[in-house]
Amino acid sequence: MNRRDILRRTAAAGLLATPAAGLLAGCATGGGGDDDKGETYKGTKSEQNPLGVKEDAPLEVVIFNGGFGEDYAKAHEAMYKEKYPKAEIKHSATQEINKTLQPRFVDGTPPDVVNNSGAGQIDFNGLVSQNAIADLRELLDAPSLDVPGKTVRDTLLPGAVEVGSYDGNFLVLNYTYTAYGIWHSTKLFGERGWQYAKTWDEHIALCKQIKAAGIAPWTYAGKHPRYMSWPLIATAIKFGGPSVATAIDNLEPNAWKSDAMKTAADAWYQIVKDKYILDGSPGLDHVQSQTAWCQGKAAFISCGSWLENEQKKVTPEGFNMTIQPTPSLGSGDKLPFEALRGTAGEPFMVPAKAKNLAGGLEYFRVMLSKKGAQDFTRKVSSLTVVAGSTEGVELPFGLDTVVKALDASGSNGFNWVYNNYYRKLERELVDAACGEFFSGRTSPADFLDQCQKGADSIAQDSSIKKYKRTA
Amino acid sequence: MRHGKYPLIVTFLVPPVLLYVVFVVSPYLQTFQISTTSWLGYSAEADPVGLANFTALLHDGRVWNALKNNAVLLAVVPVLTITLGLFFSTMLSMGGRKGRAGVTGVRGTAVYRMVYFFPQVLSVVIIALLWKEVYHPNSGLLNGALRAVGLPAPTWLGDPRTAFWCVLAVMVWSNVGFYVVLFGAAMSAIPRDIYEAVLLDGASRWTTLRRITIPLLWDTVQVAWIYLAIAALDGFILIQQMTNGGPNFSSDVIGLRMYETAFGSESKFGYASAIGVVLFFLTLSVAVLALRTARRDRIEYS
Repeated sequence: MNRRDILRRTAAAGLLATPAAGLLAGCATGGGGDDDKGETYKGTKSEQNPLGVKEDAPLEVVIFNGGFGEDYAKAHEAMYKEKYPKAEIKHSATQEINKTLQPRFVDGTPPDVVNNSGAGQIDFNGLVSQNAIADLRELLDAPSLDVPGKTVRDTLLPGAVEVGSYDGNFLVLNYTYTAYGIWHSTKLFGERGWQYAKTWDEHIALCKQIKAAGIAPWTYAGKHPRYMSWPLIATAIKFGGPSVATAIDNLEPNAWKSDAMKTAADAWYQIVKDKYILDGSPGLDHVQSQTAWCQGKAAFISCGSWLENEQKKVTPEGFNMTIQPTPSLGSGDKLPFEALRGTAGEPFMVPAKAKNLAGGLEYFRVMLSKKGAQDFTRKVSSLTVVAGSTEGVELPFGLDTVVKALDASGSNGFNWVYNNYYRKLERELVDAACGEFFSGRTSPADFLDQCQKGADSIAQDSSIKKYKRTA
Repeated sequence: MRHGKYPLIVTFLVPPVLLYVVFVVSPYLQTFQISTTSWLGYSAEADPVGLANFTALLHDGRVWNALKNNAVLLAVVPVLTITLGLFFSTMLSMGGRKGRAGVTGVRGTAVYRMVYFFPQVLSVVIIALLWKEVYHPNSGLLNGALRAVGLPAPTWLGDPRTAFWCVLAVMVWSNVGFYVVLFGAAMSAIPRDIYEAVLLDGASRWTTLRRITIPLLWDTVQVAWIYLAIAALDGFILIQQMTNGGPNFSSDVIGLRMYETAFGSESKFGYASAIGVVLFFLTLSVAVLALRTARRDRIEYS
């Protein structure tokens, strides 16, 4: 057999193989339209069973195995099982939600409940625009499981429904309640006689004092610099009012270059310019920077209320981490100092093609019962979107400060959701801009310019579905 | 026995070819098909968009930026790795000149050989985590050493001027060991008497390497070149683990762009497949080019 022969034969084999491969290729994306793969489980609706759950229908739950672990979910499943003893519950936990579940979404056989969270989260914009998630409004109007006379909607904290809504449909149940602010150790501050500053000028003066004492005032996650976009945007919103956030979320032209954003960026530039940031921070990831902060190498860090849980293993005894709102820029601020960014987080969804869709909704009703929520708070030291879920639960120090800060913030609380609408905008584009800005490589104007360019690129991309919100 | 040849060939070839078709060829073909759709990855419907993904690619600055970095990797990694690999393996198999007569390696050859191979035993993720700590701006080995001798301590992975080169260095470090072993094995196939003759003629080590070793090793070097060129077009795991393309996209590579587009910050599987198709043709052309330009007459010992 000479070389030419071999070539000729491989070519022939290739031709033969192509149609076979074409058939194989057909099964990944082709086959569109056959929605009726197997039947869905439906029971009869009644007062006891407002969502029409079929009592012996199996329920499949997939949990993100992250900071909260999976034990809390097993407890919720046990509560569901208590109500429907005949139901078989299939539980699984993974860190790679997207890679594990993508083939099942394509196949039309997704699980009934998905905790779509973590670094392997499936981009919600993609899911929503493909109509892959079930509407949860029926759940909101169902009566609460253990709060008599109230619907599920009535038991939720303000803002919980808005965060998971896309064009008026409530698609994503964000189960935890997260506050974003600036953290410090009251132990360190007490020992040194420092006081958390309520205005920006005082904050800068305090930073000077801290630096003189040989401690870096600030550190941040240089590998995920978007953490620093949170206090900056919060400062702008407190200065200019909630419309600053609405404009950003709605991708309005030059929303990132509004006067409020300019003023805030100029103010924050001070800590960069005066070198109030721990040396080497741009090279640290979130764990490394938070650990440096816990070791007392830096006084302030920006983070959400998961910080305490995440740092549990390395926090020294009596460190007493405390959350505080961002300092006010001045008396002209539209929102008071106490105003804090609070938002529902930790997304759960029921896929539109779930076989036991009613069961999925019912599972949410279990999670949102007072019993289910209190059990969650007790197990993972985190707040839930259910009002009063902290009653009768002893909270750790940091979480207790979060509860107090949220109480003080009250109706002045604010939020933004562009990171939910357009994951790429925060995760990649604003992230990169923050990295340049807080390492001192760009000016405030360049920073806002880079953010705006990112937002514009999303706005111009016709393949990304756009969402608007009014308030 | 001639008639028994085909059943044997078929039994041995059909299972692997079938597996190859199912797990390699069919996904490739599928990628081509998906790249002409706007598939978002989580439904069974994919709308055909023709070549729109490819025209969008042409105007995507981030993709070009990533390709530029891959081009740098392509230009630097193979050259550095092969040079270092050749140097080390030469020293290990014929570097010793003092003392005993004959062709031997430097003292402690066995130990060096083992040490060089260490990185090859570690998984790439471990290597990335290891070096992430070495590059740690405050408590890392590198900056610790620099501070000890009074030099400034850069932020390495946190600085767009250095981040990419830091990862590139790790890429070379983790590859060299394998090529030391590969070249070492090839060198041991070169007849010793050639070297003895060269020694008698009084050739220096450098001349020996340039005039004798490299020409006789050319086939192996060529293979190394192709492997490394393909590795340079990838680089995904190290980059994703160490810098995730940052800061400010300065260490982005095309593989990471593809991953981010499909699984990371977006779920544009159609567009990501288009990037995959481009990468496929790039890798293919690089491999063909490397084979063509490196072609020389083969020397056979007899």
